[in-house]
Amino acid sequence: MVENLECGYDDRVLLQHVSFAVKPGEIFFVIGGSGCGKSTLLKHMIGLHRPTAGTIRYFGESFTDAALGRRREMLRTFGVLYQNSALWSSLTLRENITLPLEEYTPLTKHERNELAALRLAQVNLSGYEDYYPSEISGGMKKRAALARALALDPAIVFFDEPSAGLDPVTSRKLDDLVLEIRETLGTTMVIVSHELDSIFSIADRVIMLEREAKGIIAEGNPRELLQSNQDPRVQEFLQRRAVLPATEA
Amino acid sequence: MPANADLAQAHASARVQGDSLLVELGGVWKITIDRPSWIKIVGRAEPKRVKIVLVNLENWDSSLLLFLFEAQKWCVAAKVTLDASELPPKLRDLLRQIVAAQGKDEPVDRSENPISLIGLAVFDVWAKVKQISNFVGECTLASVRLAKNPVRFRWRDCLSEMQQCGAMALPIVGLIGFLVGLTLAYTAAVLLREFGADIYVANFVGLVMVREMGPMMTGIILAGRTGAAFAATLGNMKAGEEIDAFETFGIRSIDFLVLPRLVAVTLMTPLLALYANMLGIVGGLFVAAGLLAIPPTAYWVQMQTSVDMSDLISGVIKSITFGGIIGLSGCLRGLQSERSAIGVGRSTTSAVVTAILLLVVADAIYAVIFNMLGI
Repeated sequence: MVENLECGYDDRVLLQHVSFAVKPGEIFFVIGGSGCGKSTLLKHMIGLHRPTAGTIRYFGESFTDAALGRRREMLRTFGVLYQNSALWSSLTLRENITLPLEEYTPLTKHERNELAALRLAQVNLSGYEDYYPSEISGGMKKRAALARALALDPAIVFFDEPSAGLDPVTSRKLDDLVLEIRETLGTTMVIVSHELDSIFSIADRVIMLEREAKGIIAEGNPRELLQSNQDPRVQEFLQRRAVLPATEA
Repeated sequence: MPANADLAQAHASARVQGDSLLVELGGVWKITIDRPSWIKIVGRAEPKRVKIVLVNLENWDSSLLLFLFEAQKWCVAAKVTLDASELPPKLRDLLRQIVAAQGKDEPVDRSENPISLIGLAVFDVWAKVKQISNFVGECTLASVRLAKNPVRFRWRDCLSEMQQCGAMALPIVGLIGFLVGLTLAYTAAVLLREFGADIYVANFVGLVMVREMGPMMTGIILAGRTGAAFAATLGNMKAGEEIDAFETFGIRSIDFLVLPRLVAVTLMTPLLALYANMLGIVGGLFVAAGLLAIPPTAYWVQMQTSVDMSDLISGVIKSITFGGIIGLSGCLRGLQSERSAIGVGRSTTSAVVTAILLLVVADAIYAVIFNMLGI
């Protein structure tokens, strides 16, 4: 849950009075045009930046006010899929997944490898355990990064522009994977994206950010927003068209 | 899955019912904490059938899945039927997935035949020689273009690089030069004092600094400082496809990126070497005055008896060459960099190693040439 969040860089306020809640097991999208602060909001939610005001709570506990040690513990309940996958290039896919398990669990090496095999199978990458990130395609990297994000059985997985750099078919497959993982593991998904196909395919609920408003201008199911929201900025975004000035007859 | 819930620990118990073993699982199973061991729970029982049921199971994750998988493997090995029918469908599905996921991976064969390795190494060396030749050739052509049309040269970038590799390096070059002069004077003083030839410390320090140590130490410092910076910058630009962008616009990356850096470092190295010479001689002066009680004027006059303009020029010629080597090595390795963080790191290391190696080789060649010319 985000309450009255205000954030920005240096003296520039990017977002203010941002409040919303994500329900457990929900696929929740943060949408909006370029530069509206989507990724900034995500970086604050995963603790990479500290907000200038407001609170972020997970399961009722404040993340922003938590002591450093507690914040680290809370971070273990998150998985993050970064825009550029951010797989560790010097490690194989198996090692990318087993590294967090090695750090935070009492599992044996054999068990860690078993779990890595499962995670890779869940993202349809069975047989690629010994490959390095440089040896696989962009779409495969995204899936491998998702497998890594799921390594510690996170309660929430955050996605930063998961479709960036992917072709429509691969992007659609990633959407299907997100749905499948939510179905199997019950994981909550928070996705930052402006890909309309993904938004209408898998989002349960969205919030839309807007640069001028410096905050949320719409919240709800994307289809319902498309049908009933009267805000031209929302319609412009969801209908993928420019709002043209009225012309005289 | 609450992050901070006060959770009951995972528990598992087994009891024998006829020829079956009933295993009850409950509590909270979290991957980050220890879970019950299947082997300990089964103990010495030898059932014909194992049935797993969930009793007061509060929360679970992959920890429970791994436990069930361990049970499944034990049952297969002991040829015992595992009854998982009372588990939730989601858990059964995951168990099926983890079973199916094992053993699919075939290790990637990364071994190489020794003979093919030798062949590949030869091809690699040949490719590198070609790359270096091409690069030096392109830089020469770029220099000709610069001479023909100096207006098109990136003077602003060049001045910025001159500031970076020249002015910004003054403190470190000065300090190292001073300390080298100091060390040389101490070393010479120990030997020369035995022969009552203390005054020749000035000749030794002056000659060694001007001909060898000044240019060489400056070259080594700039190889580590400027050469590495060139390689890292160009390597990052390559990884970020900025160099590809230059090429697709038809802009020569050599003209735009390499030449300003090359000119800057080639111009700055001799100036820094002269500065290092000066501070090295001052370092020697400190030792001469402090340890050997030689007046500064006598030190200066004595030094001039053995150091003349030809020594100074030979040092400057060397340092111009060293500057070129540092610029070429840094830029070449940067442009050869692989498009990854590791690749950039490797190219940076390679730039420094290549530059230092070539500096020493060039120094040796110059020693022979100057000797032949009697300089």
